[in-house]
Amino acid sequence: MAKIKMARKSSSLDMTAMVDVAFLLLTFFMLASQFKPKDVVSPIIPASVSQFKIPEKDIMIIALRNDGAVFFGIDGRPNRQKMLENIAKKYNMTFTPNEIVEFNKMENFGVPIAQLKSLLKMTAEGKSPVQNGIPTDSTNNQLGDWIYAARLANPKIRIAIKGDKQAGYSSAKEVVATLQQQNINRFNMITSLREIPKITN
Amino acid sequence: MAEVNTGGGDKGGKKRSKKTSTKIDMTAMVDLGFLLITFFMLTTTLSKPKAMELVMPDKEIDETVKQPEVKCSHAITIVLGKSNKVYWYECPDDAENGIPQLNETDFGDNGIRKVLVQKGKQIGSDKFVAVIKPLDSSKYVDMVSILDEMKITDTKRYAIVDLTDDEKKLTEGL
Repeated sequence: MAKIKMARKSSSLDMTAMVDVAFLLLTFFMLASQFKPKDVVSPIIPASVSQFKIPEKDIMIIALRNDGAVFFGIDGRPNRQKMLENIAKKYNMTFTPNEIVEFNKMENFGVPIAQLKSLLKMTAEGKSPVQNGIPTDSTNNQLGDWIYAARLANPKIRIAIKGDKQAGYSSAKEVVATLQQQNINRFNMITSLREIPKITN
Repeated sequence: MAEVNTGGGDKGGKKRSKKTSTKIDMTAMVDLGFLLITFFMLTTTLSKPKAMELVMPDKEIDETVKQPEVKCSHAITIVLGKSNKVYWYECPDDAENGIPQLNETDFGDNGIRKVLVQKGKQIGSDKFVAVIKPLDSSKYVDMVSILDEMKITDTKRYAIVDLTDDEKKLTEGL
């Protein structure tokens, strides 16, 4: 009787193809990726059918947190520095070189100007303090000052509003009113893409 | 990390040159590769957010330019209320004194979209005007949704306006 020999399978398998795919994917992600900037506010944005891509350069983002707090940020470190200089001139403040460096690093922020220095001090120490938004009320419209300073720093700047779904309309209205005070009647609202629904009737 | 064939060196006393296997143990490499893939996949932002454009009317009205008048019967007013509710009304039969009938709807497929499409057809898309009046109780998402509906239904003429005192009375508690 011939014994049936079990074919022994080698325990090592050929991983060449797998490695190829893995590194292909790795290369893809490395080239395609852009790191998420560290945001102090990350609104859940509403969806729309709009396909317009927001530019990456020359952009000012006014973010609305779900409780209506307003955050402000512009792109590009040189522009940020110029903007801070404009604000310093307007409010008769002086910033140390360290504070300027720290400010340039901030993607966005949401504190009144009076608290800006303590915010910069705390971020320099690696802390992330609670930020409760930039005042937008008509008697003390600091958001308007920031927008003006940013536009002075970069005249080509475009304006985008990045609002949380649950942010109240009244806070959005205040931001729009602030923009309109400076004769800005055209701006963008950042949304995520959704499918165009079919119209049935 | 190569698998080195070391067995059987002394058999027969002959000195054979050590044969190295052509196979390489790639487990560690694969591990590292997938670790990096996972890292990049999680940190990357692939889908760039999109943006919708909003153009508001100029605040300073030029007196010398004649403003186009909108017939009451060509317009519908959309009021945005709390918890994503939408209310709309059209011009009452008696445009001067009549109290408009408020209709409640939503952002669903059979909601405000249907109204906009119907009215657009009935009045004619070049004459039809949608006046959007968000209440303070509405959310930012409602404003974006209604502007989105304007785009979906191809309503060319629309504006976001504050409520008048009469409308505040009409929409009280919404």
